[in-house]
Amino acid sequence: MTRKLTDTNSAAIAAEFVRARTHAGSPAMGMVMTLVVVVDEENADSALDAARAASHEHPARVLAVVLGAARGTPQVDAEVTVGAGWGGEMALIRLHGEVVRHPESVVLPLLLPDSPVVAWWPVGAPADPASDPLGRLAQRRITDTMTHASARSRALRQQCAAYAPGNTDLAWTRLTPWRALLAAALDQHPLKVTGAAVTAENANPSADLLVAWLASRLRVDVRLRTSDGPGITEVVLETASGPIRISRTDGRLAVFTSPGNPDRPVALKRRDVPELLAEELRRLDEDDVYAATAHYLHRGKLSRGRRTGTPASSRSSSRSVSRKGTPT
Amino acid sequence: MTPRRVQGDGQQAAHRNPLRDPQDRRLPRIAGPCGLVLFGVTGDLSRKKVMPAIYDLANRGLLPPGFSLTGFARRDWADEDFAKVVHDSVKEHSRTPFREEVWDQLAEGFRFVPGDFDDDVAFDKLRSTIEELDESRGTGGNHAFYLAIPPSFFGNVVGQLKEHGLADTDGGSWRRVVVEKPFGHDLSSARRLNAILDDVFPDGSIFRIDHYLGKETVQNILALRFANMMFEPIWNANYVDHVQITMAEDVGIGGRAGYYDGIGAARDVIQNHLLQLMSLVAMEEPAAFDAQALRMEKQKVLSSVRLPADLGATTARGQYAAGWAGGEKVPGFLQEQGISASSTTETYAAVTLHVDNRRWAGVPFYLRTGKRLGRRVTEVAIVFKRAPHQLFNPTATEDLTQNTLVIRVQPDEGMTVRFGSKVPGTAMEIRDVTMDFAYGGTFTEASPEAYERLILDVLLGDPPLFPRHEEVELSWQILDPILGFWAKQDAKGKRPEPYDSGGWGPASADAMLARDGRVWRRP
Repeated sequence: MTRKLTDTNSAAIAAEFVRARTHAGSPAMGMVMTLVVVVDEENADSALDAARAASHEHPARVLAVVLGAARGTPQVDAEVTVGAGWGGEMALIRLHGEVVRHPESVVLPLLLPDSPVVAWWPVGAPADPASDPLGRLAQRRITDTMTHASARSRALRQQCAAYAPGNTDLAWTRLTPWRALLAAALDQHPLKVTGAAVTAENANPSADLLVAWLASRLRVDVRLRTSDGPGITEVVLETASGPIRISRTDGRLAVFTSPGNPDRPVALKRRDVPELLAEELRRLDEDDVYAATAHYLHRGKLSRGRRTGTPASSRSSSRSVSRKGTPT
Repeated sequence: MTPRRVQGDGQQAAHRNPLRDPQDRRLPRIAGPCGLVLFGVTGDLSRKKVMPAIYDLANRGLLPPGFSLTGFARRDWADEDFAKVVHDSVKEHSRTPFREEVWDQLAEGFRFVPGDFDDDVAFDKLRSTIEELDESRGTGGNHAFYLAIPPSFFGNVVGQLKEHGLADTDGGSWRRVVVEKPFGHDLSSARRLNAILDDVFPDGSIFRIDHYLGKETVQNILALRFANMMFEPIWNANYVDHVQITMAEDVGIGGRAGYYDGIGAARDVIQNHLLQLMSLVAMEEPAAFDAQALRMEKQKVLSSVRLPADLGATTARGQYAAGWAGGEKVPGFLQEQGISASSTTETYAAVTLHVDNRRWAGVPFYLRTGKRLGRRVTEVAIVFKRAPHQLFNPTATEDLTQNTLVIRVQPDEGMTVRFGSKVPGTAMEIRDVTMDFAYGGTFTEASPEAYERLILDVLLGDPPLFPRHEEVELSWQILDPILGFWAKQDAKGKRPEPYDSGGWGPASADAMLARDGRVWRRP
């Protein structure tokens, strides 16, 4: 059930939450977090669909904040929904006028007591989420550089540079199945990896993160090659016994090749945003491995930048990242 | 559960996988190369649980590339016919959406071996099939044998596995066997069964599955008790009055007459499921959160269990009668197809147990289970003593009963706390209220079906929460005298008491608690 509140404020929205819950006959609060979704009008629907799906795994109070034009008389409008497919409750809050510069004043009073706060920017994250007025309220901040219209690699590097505990990017989440397979491959084949290569479509931030992760964990040079995609299409780990290769050309099914074994198919589907978001919400503490990878990518860029310029802007068909940042 | 064993199987911990990091909790554990051989592919268990769970695991990317599933049954089938059976069962029962590409890669690893359990040729064929899979699919000699068949055939099958060298490993690989409850029908048969299994497979390779008791539930109970400060101090005889453990089913025996007749509620549910729940609730804090420490504490509790002297007054049993349940007309147990009109098999059982240790002295544990009861529910209720002194006058607290903490196992896993609160208004009146916590969304929708977890644990070689034969035998030691007492009652012509379908069991069960001045909760 949805109720619209026009020219309202936080107290009225909070009262509406309580009223709607009581009206629905369930005053219990089973919600485990507050999810603040910062989104523009254009992407609000799809973002809310994803949040609704994720709310089934993580019942949450979802506060979707749509920032309008910052000029004119300040006005707060809200649509409060309880039930209707939500695993918790949701307020779609539209801000216009001067209040657009102070969205935290609207959101702060609506945070659930004592439980974690997660901020998610489905499109167009701030350069430094941790110092964003809404990002500051949250202990987990989720960005998605894949949705940047252009310069995605640069956007990712910016996020890595601005890394603060609690930040993650969905480009990293997209990698989990790849990383799981690669880790399992080395469980099965305890071999020393002597080199590696990642092949992906152009300007894929996940591929950049995968290269950084492999390079930092394996301490070898990792080449990045460009293909037509979709997404990441191949990862190869070179070993003395032969290559371990996972190759996926259709975004759904991969072929797993390893020394001494027949080639085997393995399902490796590209996941949708609701699944990615649900995975993110499972961990509300700092992701140490992402932190290390982001740090590695950022540091690699700095040292490389001094020698050869920014690779993100001068990407050729093949380039590589080494541990010391020496181009090869 | 055991962080020590992050590695796949057949490898030494000496090799450190650089891509593994204990901090990296996103990465799921994927089973190493392996295959599963399923005996009894046509049964309900295989079609409704095992096959869909295998597909769901594949869909979640948790099965190794090249995973293979071999069916063994007395059917004149080709591999494709078997694949069709699995396909239908997956389409109908799988939890995750059906995806063609997942199915295709999984189906490539399906094989079928037709034959009887005593057919040497068939087991030779099974052996060559497995060897072919190692070759073509890279299963690496790692195979689990899932015995989804009646326990009376275990001996046959396990003997054949041994005879045809199917249980032998070559050092680096593993062979495991999975058996379902019931683990025997009394102490001596359980010992015989264990002896058969032990003869062929080492103890760590035998997985006894109690699908009622999902790993998730066990971990939830342990987390509740030992991760919190507020429960453990009152978790003893000083504060607890008694404990009620219930597993109720709303269905009858359905088409399982052949299995159920002669087994009954106590053997089917109390021996494994309820006693496991009880040991988790009553045990001391384990020295570590690992398989061995947990098992030790469970065994300690089970060995401290004492039966009351008068079993007639402290146990109850019944059979559901014809009537109406949930708006449907249902037959009584004795009218069910395949059940003799003189059957004394109980469909309801309630027992009283004492735990003779300092923590629980004087606190009875009431365990009950039954079919065709009011609704499907499994729960553990810790009922606390009344406040020793009541400040408020008796009229104010007339409606106040005992504080209760209920661990709901299913459905709607969660916890309820019941306590007294003032009724709004001018008069001083205190009444019970409940506070409810549902794992609700947090775990339900995304949480894997118990079978997925069980099968994955088997493939990973992670047995911590599966009962070992010591626990199974201790449980039978507790139950055997009660079963013996009931058999004597039968001999005297005292049959199980009929009870209304759709209700909460026979009058004798209510009388059993009334003697102690207590009542059953309506769960």
